Amino acid sequence: MAEHDSEIAVGDPDAPDDSSPAVTTTRTVELVVYAALIAFALLLGFDNWKSGAGWEKDGPQSGYLPFYLCVILGGASLFGLLLALRTSAASSNTFVTRDQLRRVLQVFVPTFLFVLLMQWLGLYVASFLLIAGFMRVVGRIALWKSVVTALVFAGVMFATFDLAFDVIMPKGPIEALFGR
Amino acid sequence: MEAVHLLLQGFAVLLTWKILAMMLLGLVLGIFVGVLPGLGGPNGVAILLPITFTMDPTTAIVMLSCIYWGALFGGAITSILFNIPGEAWSVATTFDGYPMAQQGKAAEALTAAFTSSFIGSLVAVLLITFLAPRIASFALRFGPPEFFAVYFLTFCSFVGLGREAKHKTVISLVIGLLLAAIGMDTVSGKLRMTFGSDSLLRGVNFLVAVIGLFGISEILLTMEERLALRGHAAAIKLSVVLKVWKEMPRYWVTLLRSSAIGCWLGITPGGAIAASFMGYNLAKRFSKDPSSFGKGRIEGVFAPETAAHASGTSALLPMLALGIPGSGTAAILLGGLMVWGLNPGPLLFVEHKDFVWGLIASMYLGNVVGLVIVLTTVPIFAAVLRVPFAAVAPMIVVSCAIGAYAIQNAMFDVWLMLLFGVVGYVFKKIGIPLAPFTLALVLGNRSEDSFRLSMIGSAGDFRVFWSNGLVGSITTLALLLLVWPLIGRGVAAIRGQPRPTQA
Repeated sequence: MAEHDSEIAVGDPDAPDDSSPAVTTTRTVELVVYAALIAFALLLGFDNWKSGAGWEKDGPQSGYLPFYLCVILGGASLFGLLLALRTSAASSNTFVTRDQLRRVLQVFVPTFLFVLLMQWLGLYVASFLLIAGFMRVVGRIALWKSVVTALVFAGVMFATFDLAFDVIMPKGPIEALFGR
Repeated sequence: MEAVHLLLQGFAVLLTWKILAMMLLGLVLGIFVGVLPGLGGPNGVAILLPITFTMDPTTAIVMLSCIYWGALFGGAITSILFNIPGEAWSVATTFDGYPMAQQGKAAEALTAAFTSSFIGSLVAVLLITFLAPRIASFALRFGPPEFFAVYFLTFCSFVGLGREAKHKTVISLVIGLLLAAIGMDTVSGKLRMTFGSDSLLRGVNFLVAVIGLFGISEILLTMEERLALRGHAAAIKLSVVLKVWKEMPRYWVTLLRSSAIGCWLGITPGGAIAASFMGYNLAKRFSKDPSSFGKGRIEGVFAPETAAHASGTSALLPMLALGIPGSGTAAILLGGLMVWGLNPGPLLFVEHKDFVWGLIASMYLGNVVGLVIVLTTVPIFAAVLRVPFAAVAPMIVVSCAIGAYAIQNAMFDVWLMLLFGVVGYVFKKIGIPLAPFTLALVLGNRSEDSFRLSMIGSAGDFRVFWSNGLVGSITTLALLLLVWPLIGRGVAAIRGQPRPTQA
């Protein structure tokens, strides 16, 4: 079907550079995660021990199973920690490069702000800001395209969830103006 | 045959305009989900779940399962045309699918992929139709010890058979079980691990965790990669479809072998990803001309696609019959069933006949309709990839937030989703698998209940798990699977062959 083939090509000028320096290694991240998991296991384990991790006359107390799960979690994490300590730092893979981290934060920070703003502005206005802002700033897409896309998407979501399916989302002052 | 009769009744349940419309909508959404990077079967289903809360359970589950079929079909499109697997289970499809597209045989490769997917599903659905009711009626005799043994077997098989480092699988499983235990203890009514927080009182919602782990973290991971892509646009002509279909019977051994592998790995928690690779590798090994694989051989498309679809479909068998999902997506569908107040497991076949057989009938219909849709609309879906990721990413974020909020109308859940997004990102990068976590979180409460009921019944005697032949053999099998890697290593040591450590 060669005559029907046409190419689809999408560029990514902002792509992370392969030679970008490493921010941290997998080994370091593993050490941090295992340490955090051990702390988590201790915290939950203590809470369950307090609420009773033994036996009553009619069976295990409410903390029994979770307590032993914490023991397993702590043990497995300790094993992982020791394993990671034994591997040499030099042989460890890159966890994330500086370029990659920049790109990840480009999504994460707007997402965080979106969730934060959602509480005061309502979901739909916050979505409009997120989509339009992200397309314009991160994607460098033309302003009118970004605004129209965001407006249409927020509108469709509103029509689908609020009007058609009665799923109520957080609302803000703008929706209040329209009496919704 | 009682099953055939019940199945016909199931079709009767389905044939209303509303359900058929929702089915089409689900399939189209599913293909989108499969094609777009940063969205996959599990999170597509999870995000769209809230829409279905206002529907009746049958319509809802039919729509959700159609999203799942759609995603299974959609994964193949990008693999073949762009050499980018839309889903992990279509990685093996790129090996021969993309070379075919480069040789100008994209339409053949796509037809082969879609048709073999269809055959794989069909075999699995037939298996479900005739096997699931039997397993369910057998499982009706199960008491708490038997159920706990089955749950235990599921968890152990993840640890024993999973390809990830064992301690990482254990960590993932245990975190899932622990988070499931947060909140009100269903047996004693006591509060556990809430630390005085009102929001934790309700526990960690399964769907919120899934949306964060699969939706948000997937976007973070996708952004890390180079998003440029170059590929072929192809339309499928009827003559090509007929030509491929005519050739197809020649490969019946491959199709049958892949279907069998897929069904087996779908029912056990091996999953579609493992199935597609195994299907491909075995087809290559048994081929007369293995060196031609990877250079655009149509068999190399048939084998993985058949296996992936058979596996994805048969993963629903243990979910329906025993209440144990065979895959991440099946786990989410199970979460959905519980939201609608249906109790997945053997009783479902007795108490909600209409629902179960409607769902099984929808698997047949959904796959037929799905096949027609993908064959006719490939160019449209391939063009979806022209939409820049900078526009797609924030839309996915918004959809995730809507999904997470709508489940319990709680802002806390949206923050939780964000937290799970970060956790999922880090876990994936250091190789802690997420599937055991998902499964443990959804099964946590049920497995704990069955454990405690067994303990209460036996007055704390652990021998209850060996009290009869059935429960004893399941428990023993579970323990065997748990230590299986050790046994394997021991045997190798005795034979004096140093076994290469698995990656």
